[in-house]
Amino acid sequence: MTDLVHRTTLPLGQRPNVLEMAGIAKVFNGNVTALKNMSLTVNEGDFVSLLGPSGCGKSTALRLIAGLMSPTTGRILWQGGKAKGDIGVVFQEPTLMPWATVAQNVYLPFRLRGQSFASVKDKIDEALELVGLDKFPDAYPRELSGGMKMRVSIARALVTNPRLILMDEPFAALDEITRQKLNNDLLALKSQIGCTVIFVTHSVFESVFLSDRIIVMAARPGRVVEEITVDAPYPRDMAFRTSANYAAHTQVVSLALLQAIGEVA
Amino acid sequence: MTITNNARAQEAADAADDARAREQVYDAEEARRARNRQIEGVARWLVPIAVVLMTLYLWNWLVVAYELPHYILPSPGRVWEQFILDREMLGQSLLVTLRITVMALGVAVAGGVLLAILFNQSRFAELVFYPYAVILQVTPIVSIAPLIFIYVTEPTIRVLICAWLVAFFPILSNTTLGLKSTDHNLTDLFSIYGANRWQRLIRLQLPSALPYFLGGLRIAGGLALIGAIVAEYVVGTGGAGSGLAFRILEASYRLNIPRMFAALGLIAVVGVTIFAMTALLSHFALRKWHESAIRRDL
Repeated sequence: MTDLVHRTTLPLGQRPNVLEMAGIAKVFNGNVTALKNMSLTVNEGDFVSLLGPSGCGKSTALRLIAGLMSPTTGRILWQGGKAKGDIGVVFQEPTLMPWATVAQNVYLPFRLRGQSFASVKDKIDEALELVGLDKFPDAYPRELSGGMKMRVSIARALVTNPRLILMDEPFAALDEITRQKLNNDLLALKSQIGCTVIFVTHSVFESVFLSDRIIVMAARPGRVVEEITVDAPYPRDMAFRTSANYAAHTQVVSLALLQAIGEVA
Repeated sequence: MTITNNARAQEAADAADDARAREQVYDAEEARRARNRQIEGVARWLVPIAVVLMTLYLWNWLVVAYELPHYILPSPGRVWEQFILDREMLGQSLLVTLRITVMALGVAVAGGVLLAILFNQSRFAELVFYPYAVILQVTPIVSIAPLIFIYVTEPTIRVLICAWLVAFFPILSNTTLGLKSTDHNLTDLFSIYGANRWQRLIRLQLPSALPYFLGGLRIAGGLALIGAIVAEYVVGTGGAGSGLAFRILEASYRLNIPRMFAALGLIAVVGVTIFAMTALLSHFALRKWHESAIRRDL
C-alpha cells in the first residue's frame, strides 16, 4: 500500500502552485465565445469546484486544462511542465471499455504508456481497494451498478497518481443516495492520497460539501464571476452536512449563483 | 451423542426451513415463468425438428396421393436414393463449392477489414476508393461475370473473384461504421493519456467495431455462398472440377430432377452450416460484454 504517493495537504494559502490559467478565452467558429478571460491558479491539494449554469464554459475550461483543445487566447502553465501522466479524468458517464474487465480498465493508462500489467498490478489493486472494488477485478462493466462503474472510473483516474484529477459532473447521473455515498468516499479518498481535484458541478450542495474553493461561473459569455472559499476543515461528514456552517456557505454560494444567472436574464 | 443428535435434528430442521423458504419464494407468477422457461428450453429444439419432419411427410403424401411423376416432383425417399447413388460425384462438387465459398469469405474478410481500416485512417484514401467499392457493390454480379470470364482464364479464380465481389461489401461497410462508432469520451480519454494512432486502433476502435464486423460477417457468409453458386452458373465449367451449381444445371438438362433436389439440399445444408458457425463465433466473441449477447429473463 505504498505505491500511490500519499501527499499531505497544506492549509490554503501555503500550497505550492500546480497550474496557472491566465487570461484564457475560447471562441468557437470565430463567433461563439464559450469562455472569456478566465484566470485560475490551482494549488497542490486544492479541491476546486467549477459551479455554474449550463453554457457557462465550465466543461470548456476542463477540456482546455485536459489539453483536448487549445485556448484562443491566454496560456495554461503547468509548474515544471506537463507530462503524459499528469492528468486523470472522470467524465459524467463512467466511460469504461465494455469489452475489458474492471482491472483491465484501470490498467488502461499504464497500457497506453507501454507498461506491462504485471509491473503495475500492485498499483491497480491498491486503486481498486481505495474505491472499494477490490473484490471485482475480473467483473465486466455490465455486471456492475452505476455507482460501481463510476468507482472504476475514479480508480482509473487516480491509479497513475496524477498531479491533477479532472471531474466533469461525475455523479450527476446517479441517484441521490449513491451520490452522497460517493461524495463521502471521494473526500475520504482525497484525504488518503492528497490529490488535487477540479470538479465541475451544477449542484451548490455538492460543491460546498466537497470543495475548499468554489469558482462561480456565469453564461453567455462563459466567465468567472466569483471565487468563494469554504474554510470548514476536512474531514467532512454527515455532521458537516447538517451544520450551520454548511448552511451558511450554501446560502452564500446560492446567492452568488443566483446573481450569476440573474446577470444574463 | 445427544449433542450430535441435537445438531443433526437442528440441521434437518434448517434444511426443512430452507426448502419451505424456497417454495415460498416461488409465487404463482414466478412458478409460471419457470415452467415457461423449461418448456421453451425443450421447444427450441423440438419445434423446428417437428416442422421439418412434418414438411417431409406432407411432401411425401402429396407425391403419393396425386401420383406425381418423379420428373416433376420426386418424393423425399427418391431424392435420398439419388443422393446415395450420386454421393461420390455430389460430394466432390460439394467440396468444390465449399472451397470457393470459404476462400471467398476469407478474402472478403481480409479485404473488407483492411480496406475499412485504410478508409478509417486516411480520409484521402476513403475519398479516392469508396466510389469504386460502391460501384462494384451495386453492379449485379451476373452482369460483371461475363467480363471476368473473358479476362481470367483460371476457372477457380474466376468463380472466386465473383464470390468475393458479392461478399466483401457488407464486411467493408459494417466495419467502417464500427470503427467510427467509438465512445466519444473514450476517444478523449485516449487523447489525454497520449495514445498514438496504432494504440487507438488496436485498443479502442477494433474492439468497438467487433460487433459490427460480426454482423457483417453473418451477411457475408450467406452472400459468399450465393456468389459462388451464381458465379458457377455464369462462368463455371463442367468436368471433375465443377461445383454443386453446375451439377444442378447439368441435372436439369438431363431431367434428373431427384439429383437437382439432392444438390439443392446440399447447398441448403452448407448455407445453414455457415450461418450457424458465424452465429456461434459471434456468440463466443461477444457473450461476456456486448448488449446483444445478454439474456434478459423479464
